[in-house]
Amino acid sequence: MTISHIVGASVPRKEGWDKVTGAARYVDDMVLPGMLHGATVRSTIARGKIKQINFGPGVDWSEYVVVTAKDIPGKNCIALILDDQPCLASEFVNHPEEPILLLAHADRHKLRKAAEAVSIEYEPLPAIHSIEESERQSTIIWGSDNTFKTFLVEKGDVDGVWKEATHIVEGEYFTGAQEQLYIENNGMIAAFDPENGVTVWGSLQCPYYVHKALMALFALPEEKVRVVQMETGGAFGGKEEYPSMIAGHAALLAMKSGRPVKIVYDRMEDMAATTKRHPSRTRHRTAVGKDGKILGGEIEFTIDGGAYATLSSVVLSRGTIHAGGPYYWPSVRIRTKAVATNTPPHGAFRGFGAPQSLFALERQMDRIAQVVGISPVEIRRRNFLRPGQTTTTEQTVRENIDLDRLLSRALEISDYAGKKKRFAEENKLGARKKGIGIASFLHGAGFTGSGERYLNSLVGAEANANGTVRVLVSSAEFGQGTNTVLCQIAAEALGLPYEDVSIAQPDTTVVPNSGPTVASRTAMIVGKLVQSAAKGIAETLTKTGLLRGDYTLEQFRAGCREYVAAHGALKSYARYEAPPDVFWDDEKYRGEAYAAFAWAVYIAEVTVDLTTYSVTVDDFVALQEVGKVINPVLAEGQITGGVAQAIGFALYEKVVWQDGRMMNNQMTNYIMPASVDLPPIRVFFEEHGNVHGAHGAKGIGELPMDGPAPAIVNAVEDATGVRFCSIPLLPEDLFEALRDEAADHDAVTSTRGIA
Amino acid sequence: MNPSPEASTNCVVSFTINGEARKLVAHPMERLLDVLRNNLGLTGTKEGCGEGECGSCSILLDGMLVNSCLVPVAQANGASIVTIEGMSAHPLMKPLQESLLEYGGAQCGICTPGMILAAVHLLEKKPQPTPTDIREGLAGNLCRCTGYMQIFEAVAKAACRRVAK
Repeated sequence: MTISHIVGASVPRKEGWDKVTGAARYVDDMVLPGMLHGATVRSTIARGKIKQINFGPGVDWSEYVVVTAKDIPGKNCIALILDDQPCLASEFVNHPEEPILLLAHADRHKLRKAAEAVSIEYEPLPAIHSIEESERQSTIIWGSDNTFKTFLVEKGDVDGVWKEATHIVEGEYFTGAQEQLYIENNGMIAAFDPENGVTVWGSLQCPYYVHKALMALFALPEEKVRVVQMETGGAFGGKEEYPSMIAGHAALLAMKSGRPVKIVYDRMEDMAATTKRHPSRTRHRTAVGKDGKILGGEIEFTIDGGAYATLSSVVLSRGTIHAGGPYYWPSVRIRTKAVATNTPPHGAFRGFGAPQSLFALERQMDRIAQVVGISPVEIRRRNFLRPGQTTTTEQTVRENIDLDRLLSRALEISDYAGKKKRFAEENKLGARKKGIGIASFLHGAGFTGSGERYLNSLVGAEANANGTVRVLVSSAEFGQGTNTVLCQIAAEALGLPYEDVSIAQPDTTVVPNSGPTVASRTAMIVGKLVQSAAKGIAETLTKTGLLRGDYTLEQFRAGCREYVAAHGALKSYARYEAPPDVFWDDEKYRGEAYAAFAWAVYIAEVTVDLTTYSVTVDDFVALQEVGKVINPVLAEGQITGGVAQAIGFALYEKVVWQDGRMMNNQMTNYIMPASVDLPPIRVFFEEHGNVHGAHGAKGIGELPMDGPAPAIVNAVEDATGVRFCSIPLLPEDLFEALRDEAADHDAVTSTRGIA
Repeated sequence: MNPSPEASTNCVVSFTINGEARKLVAHPMERLLDVLRNNLGLTGTKEGCGEGECGSCSILLDGMLVNSCLVPVAQANGASIVTIEGMSAHPLMKPLQESLLEYGGAQCGICTPGMILAAVHLLEKKPQPTPTDIREGLAGNLCRCTGYMQIFEAVAKAACRRVAK
């Protein structure tokens, strides 16, 4: 049979037609007979002891289903890594918006009134709200030292390099919290019956995370918990861990009421109560030779995890491994930690720690260039990792990557040299200053280190009697193209038309556990397994004598028909096998951190308006090496979407905190980029291939979140000459810094005048 | 969901929805969005923010593009309402849908119905929009997935396809 080359073609999105007709079914579009609505009563304080719950007058409480921690049949926790987060607070609250009590009623209007009529009396306890307060340890809120996790990466003799250094460059950098802001709010529907247990339908990324959490919460065996993913309106990591909480709440109300219960958050509740990107602080101290080559350095990376451990240890891990970027460090010491504060737990968000530590590094690289007296281009060229060299975790670069060439191409596409010259001239006059900035970076695909071994993912493919094939995975579609890309891979593997391959709706009674839909792992890791599982179908047909090696579509269909008639279902499964050359030491944090890295150079052009203090991004070039591009249109959409989200991270999206609570939990005052706010985002791919992924694909979902913020802030410095070290960088921040700069300048001038 | 509709304060509202005359009893301050979704089962209209920022609940009300989360149902009395479900026969729909699929303008899909109504509204006013017209015409509809680039391409292409016809 001829090879169809569906991989590499921009076939239309599998569920696309449902989406452009409005027929796609999201959880809030689903109604079950007799369904109640659920609401969550949450903590109004940051930390304290719950003294009493009062049910106010004016409400007939007998109409309502009320659930507290006492109603939990199993363990009162959201099972994840450390199991320290309760499903419902019973004695103490540790952050604002922590769930305490649940209500259900058929009438949503009455439900809201009742929720407002519940008041909770607390005995407040001292709370902490910043990394610095947490480190001071004058108040201990978690464990013995407020620390969820620490990592130490050591390579070479860092202590010996300082005396050899021509320059020692120090810097401190900060990034703020960021809301995922998927347009579909979180939501779940649950049903319970004593015979079959719990079923939930919801907006989520990881069906088997929810499954695991519900088993623990209800003390039920795996066959009595069923999780179904509905069409999901965006996720970006924001539907990785918190859906387990909402599923637990809806299921508890369903169990107590004996009726299905829907909990769909409104925007304000979603923004105030659910996870956000971890705020971070990074300190760099870099030893640099006369020629601008890095000799070694110390990096301290700290993230604010919020009140419970949840995923902070793994976010920290990725941030730690990416802290050295795409550069060669002969020696380095990276000390990192995730600390506790009394804010809602911070969680998964596209990039997962890497955007934070890479922002710091890419700002530091520009700083080093200034100190050495070379250009931002040259500092990067002199320090790029080359094949055969080792990363900070001593992983040897085996990929045939040429970062020098990647940088040259990005400079050429963006007309970097021409613009640099022109802006220097134009900036002499007027209140609009132009600048251009670079970020070069990498992003590891798949789980870190031994992670994929532990996940032990299983993937299935099933052939029907008519010769169509269905892919069976727990990988969820939430806009990024899972359905389409995995069907393309299966179609290519079997030589079938794209239309003959479909994918099952993720339902834990139908699909095996192919792991969570996170960590840029789906196309690369799950895709490879889909390829094997699909090939297994043809192998089974060949072994049973129903198919020959070189088959036609008609022969494949006939083979399936005969097999199904004779033996029943034709299913094939493939389980993850770790590549033999991958070694990782969890103790020393050393070895092959990722099976593959994607590599990128991004260039941002900005205008800083010194009248309004606004920054506009005028042009954006995103060049990346991502292995095989399976679907060019979908891949480009991942990059443009990620760049847009990262422009928000850099310039617009500021979470305003007060006593651990988000104060601007509305789209009116938490500003994400609209269509008029964005530059042309120009996307370019290079495809060198990666042996581990399906057809040589690497992960790309998170990559575009890493580079834009430092490229933009580097460009703002290029335009203004002011060194900004913290994002988001809002007009008021620019105003203050530029005013201070002007004041400093005046002071210096007058001092000299006096002298 | 803002008010608490008591039976005594309910009113009768009549309007044309997707070409069909309908009469229903509702609290006058009930959000049109909720009436469409819960009373009429028209779930193609989505709620994103509930305060008129995101445009996911966009509908056409007497030909105007409005956020149905901000319209009390009483205000729709006597109006002609079109939702995504009523658009299938519109001459702009097929070119728009095909272009969105071809250029990747729909990812998670939650903003898509509202985005399509905004695009139709734009192309009816400006059959051959400039890139600036498209950016401004869609400025009230937020998309968190695409970074808008592929939506711009799709709308521009749909305009060309329609003109070509």
